[in-house]
Amino acid sequence: MNQSRQLSRREWLLSDAPQTRRQARLGAFYQGWLTFRGNKLAMLGLIVLVLLIGMAILAPWIAPQSPFTQNLPNRLQPPSAEHWLGTDALGRDILSRLIHGSRITLFIVGTVALIAPVIGLFIGTVAGFAGGWVDQVLMRITDIFLAFPKLILALAFVAALGASITNAVLALALTAWPPYARLARAETLTIRNADFIAAARLQGAGPLRLLIKHIWPLCISSLIVRVALDMAGIILSAAGLGFLGLGAQPPMPEWGAMISDGRTYILDFWWVAAMPGIAIFIVSMAFNLLGDGLRDVLDPKGAKE
Amino acid sequence: MPPAPNGRAAARRRRARSIGGTVLSLVLTLLGLLLVTFIIGRVMPIDPVLKVVGDRATQAQYDAAYQAMGLDQPLYIQFARYLGDVVTGDFGRSISTGQLVVDDIKRVFPATVELATLGTLIGVLIGVPLGVIAAARRGGVVDQVARVVALVGYSMPIFWLGLMGLLVFYGILGWVGGPGRQGIIYDGMIPTVTGLILVDSLIAGDWGAFKDAFSHIILPASLLGYFSLAYISRMTRSFMLEQLSAEYITTARVKGLSERAVIWRHAFRNIRIPLITVIALSFGSLLEGSVLTEIIFSWPGLGQYITKSLLAGDMNAVLGGTVVVGTCFVALNLLSDILYRVLDPRSK
Amino acid sequence: MTLLSVRNLRVSFPTRQGTFEAVRGISFDLGRERLGVVGESGSGKSMTGRAILGLVRPPGIVTADRMELEGQPILNLPEGRMRRIRGRRISMVMQDPKFSLNPVMTIGDQIVEAYRLHAGGAKPAARQKALEMLRAVQIRDPERVMGAYPHEVSGGMGQRIMIAMMLAPDPEILIADEPTSALDVSVRTEVLNIMDRLVRDRGMGLIFISHDLNLVAQFCDRVLIMYAGRIVETLAAKDLHQARHPYTQGLLNSLPRLDAPVDRLPVLQRQDSWREGDTITQSLETEFPGGL
Repeated sequence: MNQSRQLSRREWLLSDAPQTRRQARLGAFYQGWLTFRGNKLAMLGLIVLVLLIGMAILAPWIAPQSPFTQNLPNRLQPPSAEHWLGTDALGRDILSRLIHGSRITLFIVGTVALIAPVIGLFIGTVAGFAGGWVDQVLMRITDIFLAFPKLILALAFVAALGASITNAVLALALTAWPPYARLARAETLTIRNADFIAAARLQGAGPLRLLIKHIWPLCISSLIVRVALDMAGIILSAAGLGFLGLGAQPPMPEWGAMISDGRTYILDFWWVAAMPGIAIFIVSMAFNLLGDGLRDVLDPKGAKE
Repeated sequence: MPPAPNGRAAARRRRARSIGGTVLSLVLTLLGLLLVTFIIGRVMPIDPVLKVVGDRATQAQYDAAYQAMGLDQPLYIQFARYLGDVVTGDFGRSISTGQLVVDDIKRVFPATVELATLGTLIGVLIGVPLGVIAAARRGGVVDQVARVVALVGYSMPIFWLGLMGLLVFYGILGWVGGPGRQGIIYDGMIPTVTGLILVDSLIAGDWGAFKDAFSHIILPASLLGYFSLAYISRMTRSFMLEQLSAEYITTARVKGLSERAVIWRHAFRNIRIPLITVIALSFGSLLEGSVLTEIIFSWPGLGQYITKSLLAGDMNAVLGGTVVVGTCFVALNLLSDILYRVLDPRSK
Repeated sequence: MTLLSVRNLRVSFPTRQGTFEAVRGISFDLGRERLGVVGESGSGKSMTGRAILGLVRPPGIVTADRMELEGQPILNLPEGRMRRIRGRRISMVMQDPKFSLNPVMTIGDQIVEAYRLHAGGAKPAARQKALEMLRAVQIRDPERVMGAYPHEVSGGMGQRIMIAMMLAPDPEILIADEPTSALDVSVRTEVLNIMDRLVRDRGMGLIFISHDLNLVAQFCDRVLIMYAGRIVETLAAKDLHQARHPYTQGLLNSLPRLDAPVDRLPVLQRQDSWREGDTITQSLETEFPGGL
């Protein structure tokens, strides 16, 4: 065997005996990517979401018409060459509204998916790491929020603060964090007594440093899986709030609110309500597929569920 | 409706706890629930006094009402009074209906229970066998079908599916009754005994009313049932896979048992217990998940009551409804806990 | 008389990296004797036991030139016919009774189920048989144990129950897969003795799978040494100290001995060449070590 032969990049990445930490990390990443790529449905989900993000960024340029311009003589037109997905009760082009609405959807999902796991991570790791009464109190609070009917809590919350996108995001984040806290606490409990934590402590690392540098990074991968799997649920809850008129306010082209607009005409002009629903379905399906794929990569133990 | 929390984790936690600890934690949870609703009620930007006395009240009238409602007291005393009221079943008077909130809830709650029960029944009767077969023939046709069914269920907005269902089965095909619980001719014709129209019409012996009520409930119940079955079949499958890889399953096969006996007599017997928790959780989430369904189908249940009151700023009604739903959640938890102890030989 | 005859048995699993061969062409015969199969974990010893019972699940593939139970081929039989062999003619006791007994069925129900499946008959008769089996494995209060759940009995007792259950239908061959590894040292001998007596009294063949060479040597008539899915050496238990394969010698030397203490136990050596080498079979030569 010729040892000096130049390794291909692929071989370097897949090496059983990485020479550096960077090679090991990149190699693990590449392995994960290979597993993920092998899952065709997950790739489909990824492609749909990339397209969605592209659509949201380029909305003003690719939308055929303005999402707000009303054209009453042209109201409730069925899908046609001019209006691919038809027009709504105010004569607005549904396709254009959907394209612009993707921005709102992504904003809500993105923000909730950022806030809720961070709250959960913080509460869960602090509870697990501190133990004792801190743990008791924090977990009791978590249990109370878990026992609450989520949608109704979000409803009451939005009602108390007033209907707007920001409040919808806050309400969803407020109801979504407890499972993350439980998860992060469970991870922390298994890590807390590990030898490497003891070693870091012997080297003089304080609790804050242990928490931030050693415990958080290890909790992240399971949290990511959970977030990816929850994304679809967040979209559906957000659309539900919008449908009830508690999310984005008119004339914002929020998908749930658009379904609500079309509800009155459902029997005669079905497309007004049907089109935004299909959009929600496709996007949350894409998130579900992506989440399944990510779980296979990041959490092989849970993959069989 | 988001997927319910992880039933297996809940099941594990449950086993670890003593019964006294469980009751204590449920009481604490209930207290927390009331505290949260109390706080939400206080931070509402709606002035409860104005709601009572009206816009044209004088300052003196206003102040009198303010004091009568105890709003001049410190918050903890107000909370204590609130607790006392709730425990005695007093949620105040609804501003929009003019009735006591308790009476309103007594009227609307059975409609929700009827819907959620039928939905859960559909979810269990289809979801459990589907999940078991999917796990037993992993990767087979049934497994693929179950996967797609669950995936679609997790991805579909329930209110939209409801609208489409109305469009197709009511609007186009005319197979089912439209929105509401009953057709106009039967409205108010059946004496209320249980509040569940399907049951009441049978008690009254009115076959026509039963058929009418059934044609109204079947679509929304199937809708809820679909979401419940997506969740239940997924959980069943995952429980079964865990059991089927256990050593005692190999023992059963070594004995020479047929695959059917291995699956149903050995593996399934071991998942019945965690499955109860899952079904209870699923029932709870249908009680709540029916909010959107009830609105789509103009179903006069608790979800619709809460939402309508919310939009009308009728906080007494909202908080009363929330407390009832939350209490049901807690009660379901307790119930599945008790069943757990009764059924699991390891808990004795 | 040969109960079980196996030639060139192979078990393989397709994986993403290619086919993994757990068992790579092993051959042996089993009479009414106690045959030990020894090897480290991953040597394919457990998989051999499962292959004989037809319990290798897809996508695993089992092939052999011959696998016969008293002259009848049993390789890859249809499930229905294999089920009449499992339990009734070949049975197996597994490692840990904590996991190998169904946690939510009473012990009595589990034994009765095993017996009635093959012997049929009414429940009361099966119950009598179960009680009799429990007594045979020296369980003192069989009536009470019948109604108990597996978590209510100790490990040693659980394993005796397991033996009672698996022997209830009177099989001809028992495969014992590490039957004492999960037990307290104090009860191991007791369980082994009970199993030994029952197997001998009934004139059964026993395949005793273990990683513990000395235990197997004390307990069995003949020993197969497995390494990486192959049999590297086969010899009579009494001749173990004359083992010639370096792997067997390594296994023997990796245990501390009171009569020959050493400062540091040697690390078990493994060589790739053993993976492909021939089986060393005991032959006439070893009986005359000095040569003729």
